[in-house]
Amino acid sequence: MTKKIPLTGDQAVAYAMKQIDPDVVAAYPITPQTAIVMSFSNYVANGQVSTEIIAVESEHSAMSACVGAAAAGARTMTATSANGLALMWEIVYIAASTRLPIVMPVVNRALSGPINIHCDHSDTMGARDSGWIQIYCENAQEVYENTILAVRVAEHKKILLPVMVCQDGFITSHGVEGVEVFEDKKVKDFIGEYKPDSPLLDIDNPSTYGPLDLQDYYFEHKRQEAEAMRSALDAIPEILKEFEKQFGTKYDFIETYKLDDAEIVIVVLSSTAGTVKFVVDELRQRGIKAGLLRPRIFRPFPKEKIINALKKAKAVAILDRSDSFSAEGGPLYTEIKAALYDLDIKPIMVNYIYGLGGRDIFPADINKVFEDLQKTVAAKFTLPKVNYLGSRE
Amino acid sequence: MTERKKCWREIPIGGKITEAGNAVKYNTGSWRTFRPQKNEKKCINCLFCWIYCPDSSIKVEDDKMAGFDYGHCKGCGICASVCPVKCIDMIKEEK
Repeated sequence: MTKKIPLTGDQAVAYAMKQIDPDVVAAYPITPQTAIVMSFSNYVANGQVSTEIIAVESEHSAMSACVGAAAAGARTMTATSANGLALMWEIVYIAASTRLPIVMPVVNRALSGPINIHCDHSDTMGARDSGWIQIYCENAQEVYENTILAVRVAEHKKILLPVMVCQDGFITSHGVEGVEVFEDKKVKDFIGEYKPDSPLLDIDNPSTYGPLDLQDYYFEHKRQEAEAMRSALDAIPEILKEFEKQFGTKYDFIETYKLDDAEIVIVVLSSTAGTVKFVVDELRQRGIKAGLLRPRIFRPFPKEKIINALKKAKAVAILDRSDSFSAEGGPLYTEIKAALYDLDIKPIMVNYIYGLGGRDIFPADINKVFEDLQKTVAAKFTLPKVNYLGSRE
Repeated sequence: MTERKKCWREIPIGGKITEAGNAVKYNTGSWRTFRPQKNEKKCINCLFCWIYCPDSSIKVEDDKMAGFDYGHCKGCGICASVCPVKCIDMIKEEK
């Protein structure tokens, strides 16, 4: 029996962590992630979990402690946001390249500066090439389920890469929703017991983690990391199938909404997808063939699924909640545009940077994007390739 | 003859070393610029060099200083520096 309880996105993470009962959690509080660590600390203080919680002096230490714990053979978790992730940076890469299956919920927040505590994706988008798997969640329900899912993804023998479970700061992290939670035993059965391969604490079989790796083998280890991310594309669907069998929720790398016959399409991550669905419904009532594509898993990049989802569209707007400062558009835009390069017939594709620093995005904004696409399809005007949605001109 | 180096499929993931003590197989002596050389007559076998060597590159036989492991000695010169009778000279490798 599942039950529905009111939870914020942060509390949903903490609840999932309670059920996962990781061996070690090392974390440092940062807005808007704070409530995760706060709620989880309560579970620890109340004896509801057996987790060893390490209160560290910074995020650099948090991720360092996680690397040590995971190498020792512990199922390890942490959580962070924005500048906290930035302070972890050095160790974020080391966690991935040492192939430690750490699970880290990240509450997306604008990366300073100027200093701002509200939602955008500049923090995790900067870490998109760090070797971590990245899952982006639309709402608290998904945050809860993906946190549980992430444990299996990270620990899969063909993957063994750390996972970020991303949710929108404040919008999802602090908004209360009814979240259907699973029975403790069902979660325990799904995640199973963590059996690390040659952990440091296996003193009968001593091993060394993180040694110097020079011109002769570094390249091979990076190749392994790249291949692990590729094999995640094959391994994740198996885990998703098991997840559906256990909990009933069917997930894929991407979510599509009224996309099959859509002529104009918006691609967007996380909570803004909810607003887009609302606008798509309105447009559909007026007979306008609008649709949505929401990549759920951004790393590994589900290229084939994205191509299949977009190849029939006439015009596509990619909405990026971060700018890459490449002068060429946001990260989602450049990657999706590149993915479609090999198609003979390609949709018109434009980029909208939106919502930086928590700037609200309204149905009227989404409507404007769809209108722009309609006009472009009708060849009434040519859109600039990169547009700023909601920034005062 | 150099050993065939393994491909990415054949090595433990993540740079992990699962074989204890295999640093002995990894020759690092080629990094050396200065080579330690012992003056046999001056050596008093106090083994300060053996205690201080950061790379276990001082060979000891029958409690006596028995020379250097040049396969691993990187020429840091600590042995020469701590030697109380100054019996170790650091000689430039090209000489």
